[in-house]
Amino acid sequence: METIISIKPLLAVLVSLFVIPVLVSSSSKPNVRESWIFIAGTIKLVLVLSMLPVILDGKQIVLTLFEIAPGASIAFRVDGLGMLFAIVASSLYIVTSIYSIGYMRGLDEHGQTRFVSFFALAISATIGAAFSANLLTLYLFYEILSLATYPLVAHHQDKTSRISGRRYLTFILGTSIALVLPAMIYCYHVTGTLEFSTAGIFAGQLSKPAATVLLLMFVFGFAKAGIMPFHTWLPAAMVAPTPVSALLHAVAVVKVGVFSIVRVMTGIFGIDLLAHFNLGIVVMCIASVTILTASCIALSQDELKRRLAYSTISQLSYIIFGVALLSPQGLLGGVIHIVMHAFGKITLFFCAGAIYVATGKKYISQMSGLGKKMPFTFAAFFIGALGVIGLPPTGGFYSKWNLILGTLEAQQTIFMLVLLVSSFLNAFYFLPIVYKGFFGKSEEENDNIPVKINEANLCLVIPLVITAIISIVLFFYPTVFINLIKVGLDL
Amino acid sequence: MMDLLPLIVAKYNYWLYVILMMIGLYAMIAKNNLIKKLVGMNIFQTAIILFYVSIGYKRDATIPIIQNAHGGHDAHAAVIHAADYINPLPHVLMLTAIVVSVATFGVAMALAVRVYQRYQTLEEDELRMRLVDIGPEK
Amino acid sequence: MNNYPALIVVAPLLAALFAGLAAWIEERLSYPIALVGLAVSMFSAFKVLMQVIDSGAIQYRMAGWAPPMGIEYRIDLLNAMVLLLVSGIAFLNLIASYKSVDQEINDRAGSFYTIYLLFVTGLLGVTATGDLFNLYVLIEITSLTSYAMVALGDRDRGPLASLNYVFIGVIGASFYLLGVGYLYMQTGSLNMADVANILSGIHGSSTVLVAFILCMIGIWIKMALFPLHVWLPNAYSYSPVAFARIVAPLMTKVMVYVMIRMMITVFGREYIFETLNLADAVVWLATIAIIAGAAMAISQKNLKKMLTYIIVCEIGYMVGGAWMGNQLGMTGAILHILNDALMTFALFLAVGNMVYKLKTVDLIDLKGLFGKMPWTMTGFVLAAFSIIGVPPTCGFFSKWYLILGAFEAGAYHFAAALVISSLLCAVLFFKIFEISFFEPMSKGHGESHASVAIEEAPVSMLVVSGLVSLSLIIAGLYSGTIVNTIILPFLK
Repeated sequence: METIISIKPLLAVLVSLFVIPVLVSSSSKPNVRESWIFIAGTIKLVLVLSMLPVILDGKQIVLTLFEIAPGASIAFRVDGLGMLFAIVASSLYIVTSIYSIGYMRGLDEHGQTRFVSFFALAISATIGAAFSANLLTLYLFYEILSLATYPLVAHHQDKTSRISGRRYLTFILGTSIALVLPAMIYCYHVTGTLEFSTAGIFAGQLSKPAATVLLLMFVFGFAKAGIMPFHTWLPAAMVAPTPVSALLHAVAVVKVGVFSIVRVMTGIFGIDLLAHFNLGIVVMCIASVTILTASCIALSQDELKRRLAYSTISQLSYIIFGVALLSPQGLLGGVIHIVMHAFGKITLFFCAGAIYVATGKKYISQMSGLGKKMPFTFAAFFIGALGVIGLPPTGGFYSKWNLILGTLEAQQTIFMLVLLVSSFLNAFYFLPIVYKGFFGKSEEENDNIPVKINEANLCLVIPLVITAIISIVLFFYPTVFINLIKVGLDL
Repeated sequence: MMDLLPLIVAKYNYWLYVILMMIGLYAMIAKNNLIKKLVGMNIFQTAIILFYVSIGYKRDATIPIIQNAHGGHDAHAAVIHAADYINPLPHVLMLTAIVVSVATFGVAMALAVRVYQRYQTLEEDELRMRLVDIGPEK
Repeated sequence: MNNYPALIVVAPLLAALFAGLAAWIEERLSYPIALVGLAVSMFSAFKVLMQVIDSGAIQYRMAGWAPPMGIEYRIDLLNAMVLLLVSGIAFLNLIASYKSVDQEINDRAGSFYTIYLLFVTGLLGVTATGDLFNLYVLIEITSLTSYAMVALGDRDRGPLASLNYVFIGVIGASFYLLGVGYLYMQTGSLNMADVANILSGIHGSSTVLVAFILCMIGIWIKMALFPLHVWLPNAYSYSPVAFARIVAPLMTKVMVYVMIRMMITVFGREYIFETLNLADAVVWLATIAIIAGAAMAISQKNLKKMLTYIIVCEIGYMVGGAWMGNQLGMTGAILHILNDALMTFALFLAVGNMVYKLKTVDLIDLKGLFGKMPWTMTGFVLAAFSIIGVPPTCGFFSKWYLILGAFEAGAYHFAAALVISSLLCAVLFFKIFEISFFEPMSKGHGESHASVAIEEAPVSMLVVSGLVSLSLIIAGLYSGTIVNTIILPFLK
């Protein structure tokens, strides 16, 4: 594997970090501040994309920053997997920035400078995690992300925020310190390295019980992936303003969680070792439990954001499920779902926020007939829902299809049932919202007042339309991401 | 038991110092009056000083000042037997230690005076009660 | 031969003399004199460190007398690092203390600076010396000055707390002295290197065993290892903030250095880990110390007291690491001397800023502090992260080595204690963050908050606080360099 040394990964991480002092100093001039966010976001995206051709070529970009101990350093390595995640995160950062301007101004929120500053820090950490070359660097950025998002979750500074913030930290920080840290050090203790390698790092030094315990510690330790029972922080974190929920919990935070688990499974343990010890089944069972339980809970939620939260929990486990299949198509389906789910889910969250800003409504039961007043929003919602359920013409279909094929390939046909049942449940908790929105009776109709179109302001509507369109585009042109995965995982 | 007795008798000096030390320690811990505690502290430190001094002792040795040191060239020719003189080093060390002990005692006394000025008592149990009276901490 | 090693210790000593005299004439003069003294000391320490890295250990003979009769200062990689650490922190603290000394002890500032300089002299001497008895004298200098300092703070409780501190301190130092006496009886020498030579032949002697135990217990009392820690919370919380800021990070750490010096240089690793059978028991003791310290810290209502119990917890880390018996553990312990000094200093700097503005630091007083003192809180947050063990701050990296060493030694209970204490510290600090982040008023969405007036501490304190917090990250990222240049060569 040819490697190129370049400072680009570091720059991509640092761009949004360096813009923070600029943001703080222009806090009294909101427009200047917002334009700086765009500049930073665009530079970041350009940097990330500029590395794309090299990666697709089959090479990797590396950069070692600090050598802590032999085999444990703080270093970047851009490969197919990391590039995929970085593209998703950096492109959605720009979109979310547009959205958050509309949202925060629409509601006249307080502390906007603090908000955008920690947002920028969180994105830095996300890109850093994407480009991590080894488990230590990944852990470093994982922790920074947890801490950077706490002020965002607790933004409203009222009683519910305080409790949710506490829950957020307890689950995320607690699991990472109690489970991931010892597991990581144990890996280093046994092998003397933490670098992600194609065949894993253990090379036969691990026994089955040790491997099982270690794997479980990692899977549950990366609680950002929302695996039950460490999932409760996700619905609790919905008290945050919707842009936070959208980017961080539909895209960045939770995706870092699953990304970490995918990295550990493919780069630390290695597919072969996992297959050898039959650990794939263990993880698939854990993932299936989460998939089904979360879908069922989603059905019972009336608050739109909470329903979306449980849907996210369920969808994240699809990714883990796919990787745990340990077969090429399963891996492909699982990893590409990172992309598809990101675009689909963010659309849904954007819609939820737009509805709240425009009408103040949070509960699905209040939303009948709303589609007539906000047709664009609900149309986008429909597309996002299709993406999550996994129906054409959205990209989500591609990932679901590969997952199903993967179960056949890995001869785990029983688990295919899990996929089908959960897709059915997904449809069941999403489509009625759309149906009632368009075909239900709104309050105005009940009072015999003519219905007027009253969308939220443009800053909110444009992003959700963009992401919805991208979801459809991805159905037709998923090639870039497929190639990245093939290059990254040697498929 | 019988072979314990010569052991005790032979090393009686060490036993003496240990007992002194324990007396001092007891006073520091168990006595109520601050000045008595201070005295105990001093006894404790003095016991250690005595212990050191006793290390330097040699049987039939005299004070460590060389005889016939001044005078003519013969002084250099004379052989000095170390066994004739007790070891001066522990004494020297203990001079330092005594100074330290005195300084500590001085500081402690100053503190005790300060405590007395503030609380008008030097008994520890009364002090505890007065502390509760002046309320929660700053 | 160059005199830098002596200069490190003598500069603050002379400065103390001049500062004390100057205070008679004009109170304000003592501060600049103190600054100069410590600056010279820090510079010398830096030069010495560079020299040791380049050409190996320095042996400096006081007044030219040859050891083992003369007193020798022996500077190798370990104490060069600690010397720089101590003088650096003392210097920075002095800069940050000007305002708070003014506020807390304005009528006796001259005495404060004099005693401060003497304290630093003592610490530097303890670190630099290569003679066992000289070590005792310098420990006592350090202790005496700290007794005086503790009484200088809280007028009501200070003197009594100090008296109790005196008693325990004397017991500790005296045990050490007794231990040295036994060593002298057996070896006839007081020079550390010399004693080490002689001891290597007489491992089985019971005198040596007694000497070791007495020395260790004396040192443990002085470093506040659980359960001998009882003097620490009271002593540190009642002293003036400017002093607590330096005594908390430095005094116990220097004692840890002394323990490691005794273990490695004087008695030797073979004796301790092969001949004696204490290592397991001590690691267990350290484990209990860690958990007890963290648990007691959580139950505190006052920020200063809480921090002193965290120190007790951190001492457990270092003692356990040193007694683990493998190189990784010892590396972790030594690295943690550096890291813990820095992070405790950063914490106390932030708390000092708070005390300057708020006068008291019970937890309830911290409401809304993120808004009122954002820079101070940022420094506090970074220090807290370091204690919890979040990368890239330095605290994470010493934990890394300690846990790794624990795995290698099979001391899983110690590793578990480290993880649990990280979690407990996280709980503790986030409790504080919550109180200071969530302001008492809760406003709804539509109203914009009136921006809370920022009432920060003076610039001198902020700059030092910021510098030290930044150094936490730098020390963390460069842990590899530190370990490779200083610690591993020392342990060879």
